[in-house]
Amino acid sequence: MDQFLAFTVVGLSTAAIYAVIGSGLVLTHTTAGVFNFAHGAAGMLAAFAYWQLAVGWRWPVPLALAAVLLVLAPAFGLLVERVLMRPVQALGEAERLVMTVALLTGCIALARWVWDPNTARPLTPFFADRPALRLGPAAVTWHQAVTTAVAVAVAAGLWFLLHRTRAGTEMRACVDDRALAGLTGADPLRAGRLAWVLGIQLAAVGGILIAPAVALDAQQLSLLIVSAYTAAVFGRLRSLPFTFLGAVVVGLLEAYLAGYLPQNDYLPGLRLAAPALLLLLALLAFPHRRLRGRDRRLVPVPLPGRRGALILAAAIPGLALVLVTVLAEDSLVPYGTVFALGVVALSYVPLAGFAGQVSLCQMSIAGIGAVVWGHLGAHGEPWALPAAVLVAAAVGALVAVPALRLSGIYLALGTTAFAVILDRWIFTLPAFDVLGVRIALFDQGSVTVTGPDLFGLHLTSPAQLLLLAAVCLGLASLGVVALRRGRFGRRLIALRDSEAAYATLGGRLLGAKVAVFALSAGIAGLGGALYGMQLQTVTADQFNLVAGLPLFLIAVIAGLGSVGAGLFTGVAFVVPTQLLGELGTWAQDLSALLIALAGMGLAHSPSGVITRLRAEWAPPARDRLLLGAAGVVLAGCWLLAALDAVNGWLLLAVALVAATAPRIRAAARRQGTVETPPEWWGVRRPWRPEDGEVLSRATAAG
Amino acid sequence: MPLLRAEGVTVAFGGRRALDSVSLTAEAGRVTGLIGPNGAGKSTLFDVVSGLRRPRTGRVRLDGRDITREGPARRARRGMSRTFQHLELFGRLSVRDNLLVAAELGPGRRHAARTADAVLDRLGLTALAEDPADALPTGVARLVEVGRALVLRPRVLLLDEPAAGQDAEETERFAALLRSLAADGTAVLLVEHDMSLVMSVCDEVYVLDLGHVVACGPPALIQRDETVLAAYLGEA
Repeated sequence: MDQFLAFTVVGLSTAAIYAVIGSGLVLTHTTAGVFNFAHGAAGMLAAFAYWQLAVGWRWPVPLALAAVLLVLAPAFGLLVERVLMRPVQALGEAERLVMTVALLTGCIALARWVWDPNTARPLTPFFADRPALRLGPAAVTWHQAVTTAVAVAVAAGLWFLLHRTRAGTEMRACVDDRALAGLTGADPLRAGRLAWVLGIQLAAVGGILIAPAVALDAQQLSLLIVSAYTAAVFGRLRSLPFTFLGAVVVGLLEAYLAGYLPQNDYLPGLRLAAPALLLLLALLAFPHRRLRGRDRRLVPVPLPGRRGALILAAAIPGLALVLVTVLAEDSLVPYGTVFALGVVALSYVPLAGFAGQVSLCQMSIAGIGAVVWGHLGAHGEPWALPAAVLVAAAVGALVAVPALRLSGIYLALGTTAFAVILDRWIFTLPAFDVLGVRIALFDQGSVTVTGPDLFGLHLTSPAQLLLLAAVCLGLASLGVVALRRGRFGRRLIALRDSEAAYATLGGRLLGAKVAVFALSAGIAGLGGALYGMQLQTVTADQFNLVAGLPLFLIAVIAGLGSVGAGLFTGVAFVVPTQLLGELGTWAQDLSALLIALAGMGLAHSPSGVITRLRAEWAPPARDRLLLGAAGVVLAGCWLLAALDAVNGWLLLAVALVAATAPRIRAAARRQGTVETPPEWWGVRRPWRPEDGEVLSRATAAG
Repeated sequence: MPLLRAEGVTVAFGGRRALDSVSLTAEAGRVTGLIGPNGAGKSTLFDVVSGLRRPRTGRVRLDGRDITREGPARRARRGMSRTFQHLELFGRLSVRDNLLVAAELGPGRRHAARTADAVLDRLGLTALAEDPADALPTGVARLVEVGRALVLRPRVLLLDEPAAGQDAEETERFAALLRSLAADGTAVLLVEHDMSLVMSVCDEVYVLDLGHVVACGPPALIQRDETVLAAYLGEA
């Protein structure tokens, strides 16, 4: 009984922290309309900042607390609101989600960059020197008591703010309708700012309170938020009382699992994955299904032409050939991942781009592809590659079943939960038997992966594997183009644009969703297997949730509707990291930070960089002479590099200039012929016969 | 026997009854009008009939078969199709692809392209076939939704304010289209605010007010009905 009480006390004090963090999440979600994936990361940064002030610089604890909670956290909240969120406020839910994912990645990268992850940073609990309080048979430490008191104070404070102050009324008004609240004299901007400041402050309180109980680790602390997500989902992201209730359920569940779960090799992971499992269940139990209603703005899905598709498919192995001939043997492995990760990123195109299903677990599914290939294709058996693709597809189909009940932010949360369950539990399992079939995953360590036997050739060298990955990416890209041009692609886009219309035309939602999840999981599985071949040994860490986020971000920046997003993502993910990596290890985290920053620039081209590049490159692409000249210079650079005749950096610079020269020239030319605005037609330039038609169509469309 | 029959359909949102024991029939080869002030429950009834919303009580029968528990997709395959008051076009697809998606799901799927093109031609939309659907003016967009519904060659066609945003000439053409559809044997159920259109094409009109059917009958009778006038203009 004493033991049970002890676990209950621990559980309730953890619950208090989740409640504080979760209520911050609910506050920003309801008032500002943003589900903040980076909420936990903000708490993590606060914990690090507090450590820096209180331990690193030996400031007195009250001063350090005041600095973090009253200065740094509000400043961070204001910064996020002003710089990141306001520009995407008018865009869709997906864009706002991406923004917070970018912020999450950025916060983790920033923390790793500033605070070396290899140094231990212990934080002592508050009032650790005082003896525990006795409440009957239960002992409560002062830290636990403080935590609980803080949660009660937060609950009371929030209730008072929301129901008894003008600012709170404004915030509640903005929940229902921002524009309408604005018309009645409330200030939605001020309400949004206040929500962000308070939300980040609550995250900071939670981060500082929880940090002494766990290691001060950027990734781990940021993902503790999964428990707070679960609490918030209990409150349907709206209700504070239910969020507190959810927090109690999660906190107690974790404490009892820690106390009573039998000790063996299979179950410790379950304890770590329990909040994610509970999150998934909570999402499914409180359905948020919307058959009607959709985002106002949809990311366009350009219809790729056959010629463009063939050029893309040919350019990918072409690029691979260049890399193989130019790069030194030891650079081939890292650069080889361009194409393998490109295949993983390509899996987002049909799923998120066409069908609008935001999945954050594609990298985890790629991990399944990698281990299946690693085990079944241990001697390069060619049949094992399709088998890996099929197993990954089957897992994808499994994810699709809950996806039928979830959409938008809830689907993103559900797939996050799935990825966390894989990371913390399934991937950590030792080999086990199911119905007589032995299933091995990462074997609690690493799995050796080899290349396949193809046409009597055992592909083992990095160059061969790089070419194989490139050919796969080329073929997969062609496949996705064919998909977009065909019946299934049309159906997916239709499904995304209006589920209600699709259903009333006789379309089966379940069938289409399962098919697209399975298909894209299959592509991700193939990418994972290829990635594993490049790396030769794979561990679970390479395929966890956080490893997959940058790929998702870059794919969004590229434009999820464009088939070229696969290649673009591979190149943009690997090349800057490698180039920066040559400057030193500190630059590794910088590249992750750069990706996050690029993601935060999304508001400037929400349709994706590829669409913009295509528009910008259309005029120079028509100038055959200039294009030919650039081609000759590039070919010359390639030849010189292949012969190792000239310094590589110099050649890279020349090649970059040659590649961008036609565009710059075309842009310069275009500047000469600036478009006259329509209201000046016939005044600043002569009226043309087609102008009347153009204007009447434009007004009719408006 | 009427092709479509709704019997005692009740739908409640919280404590408010959007539909209270509403019964209605639509017969093959006839245009049945459904009118009523905003909030009367017309679109809710369409949702129930097309399977997007389960009624609390009541039945929906197609050809005598109880389809109340069937989903929208299955009803579509039984020959029912609809348009929406708030446009539900596939915005990122072209006009032709909008119809093609329907054609590939419908009975004409073997010759989907031909089916879609024939409907485009019938509605005079061929010139706009490659335009993206989300760039269309409202009147045209509604016509595209009608086209998309027609591609399924429905036996029962539910049209929710299809003529909103059309000018007089377009409405006249649309009336002719409705008559020709009825002549082909389709049961057309029409929700519309344009009274002259309703009165000129409908064979029978139901008047809905606050979730109740307050009158039904031929248009000429409905125009003179006291309760209808009260529902539209308020009590004198």
